[in-house]
Amino acid sequence: MSSETGPHENVSDENLPGAQDKSHGELARKDDPFADPGLPPHEHRIQDIDERAAKRSERAVAFLFTLSMLATVGFIASFVAFPIDKIIYVWPLGHVSALNLALGLTLGVALFCIGAGAVHWARTLMSDEEMVDERHPIAAEPAVREKVIADFKQGAKESAIGRRKLIRNTMFGAVALVPLSGVVLLRDLGPLPEDKLRHTAWKKGKLLVNENTNEPLRPEDIAVGSLTFARPEGLEHHDEDFQNEIAKAALMLVRLEPEDIKDKRELDWSHEGIVAFSKICTHVGCPVSLYEQQTHHVLCPCHQSTFDLADAGRVLFGPAGHPLPQLNISVNKDGYLEAQGDFEEPVGPAFWERG
Amino acid sequence: MSTASETQGSSAAEGKKKAPAGERVADWADGRLGIYSLAKANMRKIFPDHWSFMLGEVALYSFIIIILTGVYLTLFFHPSMNEVEYHGSYTPMQGVQMSEAFKSTLDISFDVRGGLLVRQIHHWAALIFLAAMFVHMMRVFFTGAFRKPREVNWVFGFLLFVLGMFTGFTGYSLPDDLLSGTGVRFMEGAILSVPIVGTYLSMFLFGGEFPGDDFVARFYSIHILLLPGIMLGLLVAHLILVFYHKHTQFAGPGRKNTNVVGMPLLPVYMAKAGGFFFLVFGVIAAIAALFTINPIWVLGPYRPDQVSTNAQPDWYMGFSEGLIRVMPGWEVDFWGHTLVLGVAIPLVIVFPLVLVAIAVYPFIEAWVTGDKREHHIADRPRNAPTRTAFGAAWIAWYFVLLVGGGNDLWATHFHLSINAITWFVRVAFFVLPVVVFMITRRVCLGLQRKDKQKVLHGRETGTIKRLPHGEFVEIHEPLSQEQLHTLTAHDQYAPLEIGPRTDENGVERKLTRGQKLRARLSKGYYGESGQIPKPTREEYREIESSHGHH
Amino acid sequence: MKKLSARRRHPLAALVVLLFALAATGGLYTAFAPAGEAKAEQESSKSLAIEEGKKLYATGCSSCHGTGGQGTSDGPSLVGVGAAAVDFQVGTGRMPAQQPGAQVPRKKKIYSQDEINQLAAYVASLGSGPTKPTKEMYDPSGADVARGGDLFRTNCSQCHNFTGEGGALTHGKFAPDLGDVSEKHIYEAMQTGPQNMPSFTDGALPEKDKRDIVGYLKTVNSDKSESPGGFKLGGFGPVAEGMFAWIFGIGALVAVAVWVAARTAKAKKS
Repeated sequence: MSSETGPHENVSDENLPGAQDKSHGELARKDDPFADPGLPPHEHRIQDIDERAAKRSERAVAFLFTLSMLATVGFIASFVAFPIDKIIYVWPLGHVSALNLALGLTLGVALFCIGAGAVHWARTLMSDEEMVDERHPIAAEPAVREKVIADFKQGAKESAIGRRKLIRNTMFGAVALVPLSGVVLLRDLGPLPEDKLRHTAWKKGKLLVNENTNEPLRPEDIAVGSLTFARPEGLEHHDEDFQNEIAKAALMLVRLEPEDIKDKRELDWSHEGIVAFSKICTHVGCPVSLYEQQTHHVLCPCHQSTFDLADAGRVLFGPAGHPLPQLNISVNKDGYLEAQGDFEEPVGPAFWERG
Repeated sequence: MSTASETQGSSAAEGKKKAPAGERVADWADGRLGIYSLAKANMRKIFPDHWSFMLGEVALYSFIIIILTGVYLTLFFHPSMNEVEYHGSYTPMQGVQMSEAFKSTLDISFDVRGGLLVRQIHHWAALIFLAAMFVHMMRVFFTGAFRKPREVNWVFGFLLFVLGMFTGFTGYSLPDDLLSGTGVRFMEGAILSVPIVGTYLSMFLFGGEFPGDDFVARFYSIHILLLPGIMLGLLVAHLILVFYHKHTQFAGPGRKNTNVVGMPLLPVYMAKAGGFFFLVFGVIAAIAALFTINPIWVLGPYRPDQVSTNAQPDWYMGFSEGLIRVMPGWEVDFWGHTLVLGVAIPLVIVFPLVLVAIAVYPFIEAWVTGDKREHHIADRPRNAPTRTAFGAAWIAWYFVLLVGGGNDLWATHFHLSINAITWFVRVAFFVLPVVVFMITRRVCLGLQRKDKQKVLHGRETGTIKRLPHGEFVEIHEPLSQEQLHTLTAHDQYAPLEIGPRTDENGVERKLTRGQKLRARLSKGYYGESGQIPKPTREEYREIESSHGHH
Repeated sequence: MKKLSARRRHPLAALVVLLFALAATGGLYTAFAPAGEAKAEQESSKSLAIEEGKKLYATGCSSCHGTGGQGTSDGPSLVGVGAAAVDFQVGTGRMPAQQPGAQVPRKKKIYSQDEINQLAAYVASLGSGPTKPTKEMYDPSGADVARGGDLFRTNCSQCHNFTGEGGALTHGKFAPDLGDVSEKHIYEAMQTGPQNMPSFTDGALPEKDKRDIVGYLKTVNSDKSESPGGFKLGGFGPVAEGMFAWIFGIGALVAVAVWVAARTAKAKKS
C-alpha cells in the first residue's frame, strides 16, 4: 500500500509496517486467516423490499416537512400575537418571556423537522449501497514535478532576479520598509503612558465622599466591622472621565481596633483605627472588596488574592505580587475625613516602569 | 472555446428537443464558470459513515449560525461607550447610567421582538462552536487523522480554534456589562505585565487609560470583521483540503488505505449533511428558547469600582483563568523596573504553551516514526497507546486548569476551601498529566491484549460448559473473517534502531543528540512497553490446529 | 438465567452495570441522607419547653457565650450586639450553632418567634446595639429597584454574586445564597454584619438605601423573579453556561449525529 500512496524516502523498511499489508490487498492468499474479505454483500432494508414500509417512510418524511411548515406559521403567529413584555410561568423554567419561548420553540421545531425529514429520507429511501472511491496520491507524479520545477527555473531565469542582485536587494528593501507606514499610522491609537498610571484623583485635603450617599464621610459613620466605599470629592458620576478616574481612585474604608493594627505606618496613616485602602487589586485590577470583618482579610473575587488589612495590606494568598496601597487620611476641622495626599505608589496592577 | 459552446447552445435551442430548463441554466453557468469539471469530481464524492466524522460539521454549522445571527445583531447594536441614562422598558435599570453599547444590548433584549432569542442563539452557538471544535480536534487527534497528508489541515483547524477563542472574547466584551468589563480589566492587567512595552500596548489598545472610550468600538471591528474574516478564509481552506484529501475511514472489510467506502455526496450526504445543519440550528434555537445565557440586565453596566463574585470568562477562556488563579504572586523589582512574573508567566508563556503543545504534536510524532507515507485509515485509539496517552494527559491538563478557573464554584458547591482547591490545582497541574498518561497507556495496552485474545481464541460467550471429566470451560466463539481482518489491520511500527556504535571500519559513528533522542522516543512509543505485538497468522494457525475446529 | 449469562459479554453490559451502580448509589444516598435532621427536631422539642429569655439563654446560649453574655473562647461577647443580631442569628437558625467550623451555616430555626423576641430582649438588655427593624424599614414595595441594584453591585455583589446567589470566601467560608432569605433578615444582616460579613451602618448606608437593596433582591432573586430568556441555570454565570453547553448542547448534538450517521436496520433474514 505504501508504494501506491506516496514515496517513503530514506526510511528503512524494517521500521515501517508494510510487509504484511500486501496480504490485505486483493491479491490476498486464500488461506490467510486475516485477509481482507472485501466489502460484505449489500443487504436490503425493509424499505427496499417492502413498498408498504417505503410508503410509511415517505409519509413520515412528508409529515416532518409539514410539521416544519406549521411551526413556521406558528413562529409568525407568535411574533404577532405575543407582546414583547409578556411573562408567563412555565414549570420548571420559571417566569419567562412568552415571546422568546414561543419564537424559539417554533423556530427550533421548524428547523429540526426539516433536518429530521431530510435525514430520515436519506436513511430509509435513498440507496444505502456502499460505494467505493479510489484514492490517488496527493503528491504529483515525478513528471509533473519535473515540469513545474523546470518552468519555475525558466521563469526565474527570464526575470534575471538571480543575476541582477541590485534589483533584487532594493526590491526586498522597498517591500520590507513599506509596511512601516502602516505601523506609524497606529501611533495615534493612544497617548504615551508617561506617568498617568502613577497618579489618581486623590490630593491633600480632598474629602472622602461616600459612594452610597454622595455625602462626605465622618469618622462616626464607620463602625468597627463595617465596610464603606469612598471616592474623592469633586468626582461625579456624570463627569466625562468618571470611569477612568474611579478605576484608579476607588477606596475602601474599614475601622479596626487600633491595637489590632500590626504595621506602624498603617497606624500612622489611620484615623481612630479607620484605614483607607485602594479598592483596586494589585494583581490585575479587579475591585477587591470581599472583606471578612472577623479576620480583617480582604479577598479578590476574580483570582482570590487575599490581603491583610490589619497588616499594611500584605498579600496572604493568591497571585497578587504586592500589598494593597494605603491612603493616608485624617479629619479636617469640620469633622470630615480627608486625604493627606495621593497614594504614594501606583494603584492597581504592576507594570514594567513601576519599579 | 466560448464561441464553440455558444454555437452549440444556440444549435441545441434551435433543435426540436429543447434541453430541460435546469440543464440550460447549468449550461449557461458552465460556459462562464466551468462548473461541470468541478462537479465531475465532487458530485458523487464518497463520504464514510461514522458519527464522530460529523463533529466538525457541528462546528461548521454553528459558525454559520453565528454569522447569520451576528449580522442581525449588528443591525441594532451601537458600539459606543458614550454614557447615557437608561429609560427603556426594563424597570430594574430605570435611570441607571450606562454606555450606549450596554443600552443597545438591553434594547435588543427587551424592545426588539425576537432580539433576545437571536442574542441567545448567537451566544449559545458560540459556546457550542468552540466546544464542537474541541471535540472535533480530539477525534482527529485520537484517531491519528492528523497524519500525512493532513498535517496542514490540522494546523488550519488549530488556528480556527485559537481565533475562535479570541473572537468569542471580543464578542462577549461588547455589551460593556459588569461581568465582561471585569474580564477586559483583567486583560488590561495582563497587557501591563508584558515587560518593557506593556504600558504602551495598554495605552494604545484602550486609547489611553483603562477603560477609556474606545475599546468597545475597537473590539467591535475586531469581532465582526477582522477575526471572522480570517476565520472564514481558513475555514474555506480547511474544507477544500477535506474534499481534496478525501475523508479518513476506520479499517474494516473492503476499507483500505487506497480507497474510501461510504455514501455519495449526491444524494445521501447532501440530505444528511444538509439536514444536519437544520438539526444543529434547531437544537440551538430550542436551547436558546429554554435556557437564558449572559443575562446582562442582571449583571448591570460596567463600572471599574464594582464587581461580582463568579467573575469568570466563557468556558473556552477558562483554562487561562485557571492558570492565572493558581499562579503564585511572583514579582521582581530591579533597577527601577518590575517584572510581573505572576501574570506574565501564565499568560505570556504557559497559555501559548498549553495550546502549542497540542498543535505541534503531529510533527513530533511524524519525526519519531520517520513515516513519510500517506495515512487514510483512522487508528483506533488503543492501537496508538502513547499518542492516546499524550492526548488524555493533555485533556487532564486542560481540565485541571478549568477546575482552577472555576475554583470558587467548586468551593461553594462541594463545601470545600477555595485555598485547598487552589493548592490541589497547583500540584495537579504537574502531577495529574503524568498519572493520566501512565494509566491511559496501561488501559490501551490492556485493550490491545484483549483484542489479541479475541483474535486468537475467539469471543467469550459467557456460556459455561462442563466437560465429562468435570472441568468447567467457557465456550469461545471464533471470530468471523471480517472481525479478524478488522482487528489485525492496524500498522505496528518497530522501534527505531540506532545501529552499532561503530561502522564497518571500526570508526566511531557520530550520533547527534537529535538522533539519540529520536531513538529513545521511538523505543518508548513502539518498544515492548509501548505496544502489544499483534497476533500473527502463525500464532493463529497454531492455536486453531491444536484446538481443532469448533 | 442462561440468557443473562450469555449477555454478560455484550458490549453494552458494562454500561448497564454502570447505570445500575449509579442508581443504587443515588438510592442509598436518598435513603440515608435525611437521618441528620431528626436530631435537630429532637433538640427543638426539648428547647420548646423553656419559656423566658434569660432561661432560654441560660440553656441554649450560655455554654458558648458565657452566663452573662460576656463571651468565651467558644463564642463572642453578646454585649452590645443588639436585638437585631439575635433576631437574625436565631431567626435564621444559625444560632444555636451545631458544631464549630469555618462558618456557622443557616439551618431550620429551633426557637419560635416569641422565644426569639424574649432572647433578643434579654441580649439587648446587656448593652445597647441595633434594634430590630420595623416593617416599613424593609418593606420592598415602593423601593427604588434600579438604585438598589446599583447599591447592591457596589456593596454586596462582590461576595453574594450579581443576583445574590452566593459565593466563596477564604478557607471554606462563603457568602450565602440570598434567594429565600426574608426581607427582615436581609435588613438585619446589613445592620449587624453577622459572622465575617461586614456591617453597613446607617451612616454609610442609610435606611432607605437598605430598603432599595432589599427591593432589588426581591425583584431579581425570589420565586417570583422574572428570567425572560428562560431557565437561568442557577445564575452563576459562564461556568454554569459552559457546563450546560458541553453536557446538553454537545451531548444532544452528538446524539443527533449518531442517528444521522447510523445505518438503517437491515431487513431480517427469515
